[in-house]
Amino acid sequence: MSNEWPLWEVFIRTKGGLSHRHAGSVRAPDAELALRHARDTYTRRLEGVSLWVVPSAQIVASDPHQAGPLFEPAESKIYRHPTFYHVPDNVKHI
Amino acid sequence: MYTTELQKQPSKPVAATEPQELIDAFEARVAADEFIEPKDWMPAAYRRTLVRQISQHAHSEIVGMLPEGNWIGRAPSLRRKAVLLAKVQDEGGHGLYLYAAAETLGTSREEMIEALHTGKAKYSTIFNYPTLTWADIGAIGWLVDGAAIMNQVPLQRTSYGPYARAMVRVCKEESFHQRQGYEIMMCMANGTPEQKEMAQDALDRWWWPSLMMFGPPDDESPNTAQSMRWRIKRDTNDELRQHFVDVTVPQAEFLGLKVPDPKLRFNEATGHYQFGEIDWAEFWNVVKGEGPVAKERMHDRVKAWDEGAWVRDAAAAHAAKQHSTRQAAE
Amino acid sequence: MTTASSSAASRPDPALFDYLLRLGDDSLILAQRLSEWCGHAPMIEVDLSMSNVALDLVGQAMLFLDYAGQVEGKGRDGDKLAFHRDALRFRNCLLVEQPNGDFGQTMARQYLFSTWQRLLFQGLVKSTDAQIAGIAAKALKEIEYHADWSAEWVVRLGDGTPESRERMINGFAWMWRFVDELFQVDEIDAAVAKAGIGPARDSLRSDFDAALKSTFEAATLPLTPLPAAVLGGRKGHHSEHLGHILAEMQHLPRSYPGAVW
Repeated sequence: MSNEWPLWEVFIRTKGGLSHRHAGSVRAPDAELALRHARDTYTRRLEGVSLWVVPSAQIVASDPHQAGPLFEPAESKIYRHPTFYHVPDNVKHI
Repeated sequence: MYTTELQKQPSKPVAATEPQELIDAFEARVAADEFIEPKDWMPAAYRRTLVRQISQHAHSEIVGMLPEGNWIGRAPSLRRKAVLLAKVQDEGGHGLYLYAAAETLGTSREEMIEALHTGKAKYSTIFNYPTLTWADIGAIGWLVDGAAIMNQVPLQRTSYGPYARAMVRVCKEESFHQRQGYEIMMCMANGTPEQKEMAQDALDRWWWPSLMMFGPPDDESPNTAQSMRWRIKRDTNDELRQHFVDVTVPQAEFLGLKVPDPKLRFNEATGHYQFGEIDWAEFWNVVKGEGPVAKERMHDRVKAWDEGAWVRDAAAAHAAKQHSTRQAAE
Repeated sequence: MTTASSSAASRPDPALFDYLLRLGDDSLILAQRLSEWCGHAPMIEVDLSMSNVALDLVGQAMLFLDYAGQVEGKGRDGDKLAFHRDALRFRNCLLVEQPNGDFGQTMARQYLFSTWQRLLFQGLVKSTDAQIAGIAAKALKEIEYHADWSAEWVVRLGDGTPESRERMINGFAWMWRFVDELFQVDEIDAAVAKAGIGPARDSLRSDFDAALKSTFEAATLPLTPLPAAVLGGRKGHHSEHLGHILAEMQHLPRSYPGAVW
């Protein structure tokens, strides 16, 4: 039996007010050590104020072959963007 | 730290079974400098080449901890001790980033480590040379990291996303490595006669192996063209080697040290240094695992891994027990 | 901080000097031991964790030994004290100089030391000596991490597999005889405690025992009575190991006196 420790994905909040961002991965036997390994691997240079670790196996990813049906329909919905609407320049605060 | 392509044979052509329209679309994306991500379709040969290159790079980082680690206990001041420890630790981190990048291609770290330990996978030839004096720590930072940076900076734009992102992190962290090495060399080159002797001796021993780090000459690198087309290599071995010589020779002159190459001269017409012939027989011997301390390096790695097995097993066993306790409680 | 150091320099205090050597040497020698692992740990991630601990300890050693040099007032700095002192003048506890052994033995040593060091530094942050209080405040955050991290490993190895349990028990078996020394009070400690510079070492014992009890319970490890204490480190009477550690560590500066590195 292989006892290879599972992979964990590491997310770091670099400073207050920002969201966590993917930094890389570590191997660890459990969640507590995954956090420690993430800290010792990815925050040696003051890179973070908060860490998330998630078992890599738990990440559900979209299929790149479905990128067309998934993302392209949004392309035509330009009315979702504020620049779609014409408001005269002299109308303020809108 | 970096390792270059050490495969002497041309890699196998793209399997005929792969649909041509997928191959064409892939080649077009890469040619347009798009990034390829783990779940994207890619030719099997691209995947194979990447696993080999990235894991070789990772192995080089991990084996590369050993020659410098040899001097942490003897670092001559507390500051030097902290710097060297931090640097060697960084190399471990870089190995880890790279293993993780390679794992996204479907090969586990354990499999890669197994390939290293059985001699199937290669690592940079430079680490099969011994560190004999403290000046070697300076020379490694200055020359070996200098050569590595030159190789690695272009790889930040390599076509495989996880590899490129790992290289961005590695390059950012390595910026201090070369400077600390040069600082040690300055200290010693301007120090006592014994220190100067050590500094010159270190340059004498590390110069040629550093030039070899860029890999075999272009006419003996059968896979360069394909790797460059795939954007997993951005400059040829000889181009990078020339660039390294051009920037390093003046640095040696500043130290008052002599580069051990009687044929070295500056060519006014080309604006480049011409240098002597590299001993390629030595290079291929070291690639084959016949470097002066290749046995010691592999012995240390295998020993660390084997002796760590009970620790890895114990932590996995504890996690499994905790898991079943939690499930029973639910 | 400057007032404390200038007053210290103008009034050399042998007890304070010795006390600072104890603090600095503990960190220095343990850092030296831990860094032997660098490149050889069971997993790269663990290698990075151990180097981080070693780096914290080197940093503590630099701060305490530099300050010791100021207090002594003879122009010696941290490097001079680290690299040009003989074993008889080293003041670290015997625990930190013990061999790494296997990973279990290293973790036993780390857990015992960091658990004790945490309690000591919780006292030192309230030191009447502003410079010590400042160093301790910075170091305490590091030490808390070391103590928790090593406790997690003790639990995993104690509870993991029959082999790891046996190795963990053996690792502690090597170290137990050096625990009492951590709490031993001599005239230096008494003077320092009286001046409010550091906590009375014997006062740390009950919290230490409580921490041990809870970790050992989680690790499903048996706690047995301690063997007879081996003492001497604080007076410069070390184990046979320290001479070898110093021979390696001090080799370059001693071989080339006057050279700058």
